[in-house]
Amino acid sequence: MYRNQYDSDITTFSPSGRIHQIEYAMEAVKQGSAAVALKSKQYAVLVSLKRSSSELGSYQKKIFVVDDHIGIAISGLTADARVLCNYMRNECANYKYVYESDMRVERLVTKVADKSQVHTQRYGRRPYGVGLLVAGYDQTGAHIYQTCPSGNFYSYKSISIGARSQSAKTYLEKHFEAFEGCSLQELIVHGLRALRETIPNSDTGLTSKNVSIGIVGHDQPFKIIEDEHTAPYVTIIHPYRHILEMIDDEQAEPMQTN
Amino acid sequence: MSSKHFRFPVFGQVDYFGQPQHSAASYTPSEEKQRTTDPIVTGSSVIAIKYNGGVVMGCDTLCSYGSLARFNNIQRVKQFGPKTIVGYSGEHSDFQSITQLLDDLVIDDQCIDDKSQLSTEEIWNYLARVLYNRRNKVDPLWNNLVVMGFDKKTDKSFLGKVDLYGTCFKDDYIATGYGQHIALPLLRKAYSPDMTLEQAQKLITDCLRVLFYRDARSSKRVQLSYANANGMEISAPIELETYNWDIGEAAVKSFDQV
Repeated sequence: MYRNQYDSDITTFSPSGRIHQIEYAMEAVKQGSAAVALKSKQYAVLVSLKRSSSELGSYQKKIFVVDDHIGIAISGLTADARVLCNYMRNECANYKYVYESDMRVERLVTKVADKSQVHTQRYGRRPYGVGLLVAGYDQTGAHIYQTCPSGNFYSYKSISIGARSQSAKTYLEKHFEAFEGCSLQELIVHGLRALRETIPNSDTGLTSKNVSIGIVGHDQPFKIIEDEHTAPYVTIIHPYRHILEMIDDEQAEPMQTN
Repeated sequence: MSSKHFRFPVFGQVDYFGQPQHSAASYTPSEEKQRTTDPIVTGSSVIAIKYNGGVVMGCDTLCSYGSLARFNNIQRVKQFGPKTIVGYSGEHSDFQSITQLLDDLVIDDQCIDDKSQLSTEEIWNYLARVLYNRRNKVDPLWNNLVVMGFDKKTDKSFLGKVDLYGTCFKDDYIATGYGQHIALPLLRKAYSPDMTLEQAQKLITDCLRVLFYRDARSSKRVQLSYANANGMEISAPIELETYNWDIGEAAVKSFDQV
């Protein structure tokens, strides 16, 4: 990134018709760790990679519950995400109070986008430096949305955001046609495989510590699966799974003969 | 003559004959808040029942000014959006103000342009919130509202009621106003959930006829509204067949003459 004279002000266009501050905010989204979202007819799934600032510290939360039927995965500035998440929780609670029904996912996403847009047009404001993947289930089915700092939002069958998300997208583009008929477990496994693509080979790979999974769908309130609860899914996609299973079997056999 | 009798006017009536009140000067600020302490122009009962495959609502077209049958061709039901009809008893002007609220709601829905519409239940719940809020300001909207609708997607009919305190409930058959005392016992006796449309129509008109005989604020000019798989319909006013009053040579033969 190089600087130029039009990039310090959110209310000034560059001669080529761009507002650089917004584009820089979009870059902030790409700095965050990756998050993947995908859906079938009945379910929507979020999968994301958590980072920790040090060996001594905890992992940064990546998936948030908004309401019983909506959850988000984030990439970018976590502090901004918390503000937006709070706003979304408020909107859902208000809607539930007034209409005693669940807010439609697109309505909520539109509200978030409208809120983000204000921050791209007023002097002295800063755009949100966070992108959200919104997964929800309402009377019109399962939904996946992506929101941007620019105030845009898009509906997807499956999508990924964050660092090296292009590799996850490549995986998703290859397999998305199969997602529609997938079971919840198959969706999670596809999500983890896509997420695995974003991890450089030198790293430790996916472990139950650095993965969090969010699920929502028909008869399934939004639920975050984290830590040891992700282990069953993480082992499924383990590269040496067959060897591990063989070891397990060998250990299990003597037990059976007893 | 003692004017004691006139000291206690009927709802909506001014005691023109009372003793002039030469009370001591009292503080009445000019910007004092005006509230509805009793209704002025009122509609009487609304009756509605669920039948096998929809809902029927019936009410007369009279709005009384106190005990005077002042306006005898006022439609006391209104449709909001494609799947909801609301009927009211009580203050006519308060319902006009509710009409504006609901029309705004429906238009806002259309403006969001995501093809989703408020369900009947959501509108009913919204009304309950509005009326409860106004009652808490000790400035109630003086209405009993009957909300009905039919959702073609789920094939489910809805029937609910909200009163001026914000009390709300759903039921298979509902009556308001004088109908609560006179029609409801009849409905309890005659109602069965697997009634046909014709049976339901007959039950409603029978109840309205009894009300015309017993309730001095009702008329025999009535309207029936339907919500079923064919959509929503508010019928043109019809005149109920009643006992033959010719023997007394009625001064007013038809309400067309009034």
